[in-house]
Amino acid sequence: MNHASTQPTTRGASAQATTQGASAQAMAGLTLFLGLALVFTVGFAHSSTLHNAGHDTRHAMAFPCH
Amino acid sequence: MLTRILMSALIAGLFAGSLVAAVQSFTTTPLIIEAEHYEGGGEVETASIDASLILAHMAGAPGHHASEGAEAWAPEDGLERTIYTSIATIGTGVGFALVLLSVMVLSGAEITAKTGLAWGAAAFVATGLAPALGLSPELPGSAAAALEARQLWWAGTALATALALWLMLRVSSPLAIAIGVALIVAPHLIGAPHPSEYTSQVPGELSGHFASASLVAQALCWALVGSIAGFVWQRQASGSQAA
Repeated sequence: MNHASTQPTTRGASAQATTQGASAQAMAGLTLFLGLALVFTVGFAHSSTLHNAGHDTRHAMAFPCH
Repeated sequence: MLTRILMSALIAGLFAGSLVAAVQSFTTTPLIIEAEHYEGGGEVETASIDASLILAHMAGAPGHHASEGAEAWAPEDGLERTIYTSIATIGTGVGFALVLLSVMVLSGAEITAKTGLAWGAAAFVATGLAPALGLSPELPGSAAAALEARQLWWAGTALATALALWLMLRVSSPLAIAIGVALIVAPHLIGAPHPSEYTSQVPGELSGHFASASLVAQALCWALVGSIAGFVWQRQASGSQAA
């Protein structure tokens, strides 16, 4: 443990501190929402521009299309 | 935590999406373009006709061309279409990776390339195999029920199956397994929305080939996303924890 304390962990320290507990869960909840929003935009949104741009991917990923 | 999820998801989505886009360009996309011959350009033309009809009823119609261009924009066949398809696939990959990593973190699962692959396989069962039982992957021009109804059934089936797999594989109590089985079966008892009759002009062989090719593309996407996201996640851990 001693050599661990001499380790310059300033870069990872704050990230490590938030790894545990509720804040990590909150972050994961946020990124889950972000991921679902992204999949919705690419695969499900009804905007014709988005539909036409991602058309072949919507079909290839077996998302309902047309 | 936020940076680690975002970084892993971005890298996984970029790599997996690029690889899947390359596979798409010689598996699913040629079949889609072939099917569009039977569709006769259907939806895009209909959309522009609808737009012009609406405009015709409005005071004057000088904006006809502007509206047509705005409503019916689509990438040009060839390089432009390939680029937009690749961007959409990479976007899907990043979205899949974000969802997968977030759910793994929320479940307190160990995240490695191996576990990422296993979770990716489970996700493919939820978003690929389970919805495909009710709604076969479709080519343009296929006969289908209203889009909103199909999207709702698809999303409901994917969520119910994902929750079921989580209950069965993570909670694993007899009650959780029983609820899981019920959740997997329920969407199929309710039934997917189907058209009143099948009037597709697209040859059956083409549709059959596309259904299997698109499921393989989606399976590949989840497998690559899961394993690469797990691998990058692990690398970031060993980078910050090395004593």
